[in-house]
Amino acid sequence: MIQVIIALLPGTVAYAWFFGPGPIVNIGLAIVFALAFEAAVLKLRAKPVMPHLTDFSAVVAAWLFALCLPMHAPWWLVALGIGFAMIAGKHLYGGLGFNPFNPAMVGYVALLISFPREMTTWYLPGAVSGQTLSLAESIAYSFGSVDIGQWDALSSATPLDQVKTGIGQGIPIDEIRQAPLFGEYGGRGWEWIALWWFVGGIYLLISKTIRWHIPLSLLTAVMSMALIFYLIDPAVYASPSFHLLSGAVVIGAFFIATDPVSAATTDLGRIYYGLMIGCLIYVIRVWGGYPDGIAFAVLLANMCVPLIDYYTQPRVYGQK
Amino acid sequence: MTDNSEITRNGLWSNNVALVQLLGLCPLLAVTSTVVNGIGLGIATLITLVLSNTIVSLIREFVRKEVRLPVFVLIIASLVTIIELAMKALFYDLYLVLGIFIPLIVTNCAIIGRAEGFASRNPVGPAALDGLMMGMGFLVVLALLGGLREIIGFGTLFANAELMFGDGAQRLTITLNPDYGGFLLAVLPPGAFFGLALLIVTKNWIDLRPVEKPETATPVAEGV
Repeated sequence: MIQVIIALLPGTVAYAWFFGPGPIVNIGLAIVFALAFEAAVLKLRAKPVMPHLTDFSAVVAAWLFALCLPMHAPWWLVALGIGFAMIAGKHLYGGLGFNPFNPAMVGYVALLISFPREMTTWYLPGAVSGQTLSLAESIAYSFGSVDIGQWDALSSATPLDQVKTGIGQGIPIDEIRQAPLFGEYGGRGWEWIALWWFVGGIYLLISKTIRWHIPLSLLTAVMSMALIFYLIDPAVYASPSFHLLSGAVVIGAFFIATDPVSAATTDLGRIYYGLMIGCLIYVIRVWGGYPDGIAFAVLLANMCVPLIDYYTQPRVYGQK
Repeated sequence: MTDNSEITRNGLWSNNVALVQLLGLCPLLAVTSTVVNGIGLGIATLITLVLSNTIVSLIREFVRKEVRLPVFVLIIASLVTIIELAMKALFYDLYLVLGIFIPLIVTNCAIIGRAEGFASRNPVGPAALDGLMMGMGFLVVLALLGGLREIIGFGTLFANAELMFGDGAQRLTITLNPDYGGFLLAVLPPGAFFGLALLIVTKNWIDLRPVEKPETATPVAEGV
């Protein structure tokens, strides 16, 4: 789990570089709340507290959860989401190792469907708005001591959201992507952050923390789906590079889908699992109700894991 | 077994339709987004239960064992039709809100369950009392769950009370915190499962308390 935290650092730093220290505040809050909830539930269940806290699984879950949130989120939103993740997503199923669903995604989805307004108030990268909040301002915002109104000018739809809305109104992709929100390949800022997640992901592969099956099959699925539809009609379907470098595909492929507890456990199964998530991400993005679909795709694939594992048991040598 | 206080206790607590038998979950989970909806459906179910138990008990000597279930279903279906039409006439707005779940009372296992399990074996008095108490138990759980979900989901209590009690009841509506943004999860279907599970946990916790240490929530929640 320490390896995962190390691998998350470059992307997180890049995120804060483009969008200000808001994400760092979210991560800090989420970790504090995650450890508090974890300790409280372990105490209730009469389990040893310290060994479970120092395995860092709660820290990683909190970190990934916080990265899903908008850059500036009120503290109660963070607390509620991570609380739901830890209690309903993890401990009600029996704690670490028994949860069928990725706890971070459970917490995120619970928030997304409960608080659509708070969860979709995203902010522009500093390069576009010319201004990011300072650390003190971010903290003040989290604790509600600063009025939301004065930063309304800084909030905006995410690039994926923009594309979805634009296509809904019949505007061709090329025209939508003229907006300053968009960079060379994906969203401005977002594309670089995605690259840094990729670096972290490579580190995870080299350090043998994760295997290549899930990330590779997931990215392949997203890219091939995007390529097929891009070739059919480039005015309506965004290019593969846009899909790869916008939103959460890269972090999802390396960090979220590879959760060792809730992912498939056989090599062949991991490939099916990755393919399934990749296809679902594309389907949700293009035809679904939400601009991005990593969380829903991962949760839906989690549901299929027992079935995938059952049908992909490797044959024991010498057995029929 | 057929002693009156025993019947009352069974219906309201120890053999509660919703919390122990886990019957009638479909309407229970679907309509309890507010207290008023819960009470509305609860009362309709209560009336059906009392009447069907009474009638089934009255005719229990004359119905052959082989055809008893179809006969019970016919009786329940007729009663529900009467109630549905009555609600359409008297509480039209509430009828629109509850929609398909009023005719679906027919399929509520709790009703045929009590008809088969209790009313067809007991005299009229205890059968009617059993229907009343089982219905009350169901009604209380519907109202509690509705209240829980309404408070968490909307931050109000007794919203739309005028649907049931007439226009004067509008001031019954309590807004707990006008700034409350609402917690949609509680109103959506998952909220119903979580809410019911919490109620069951609470009931089991109260039952277990004097005897031994309370159990954790997990084994109870699986019962849902």
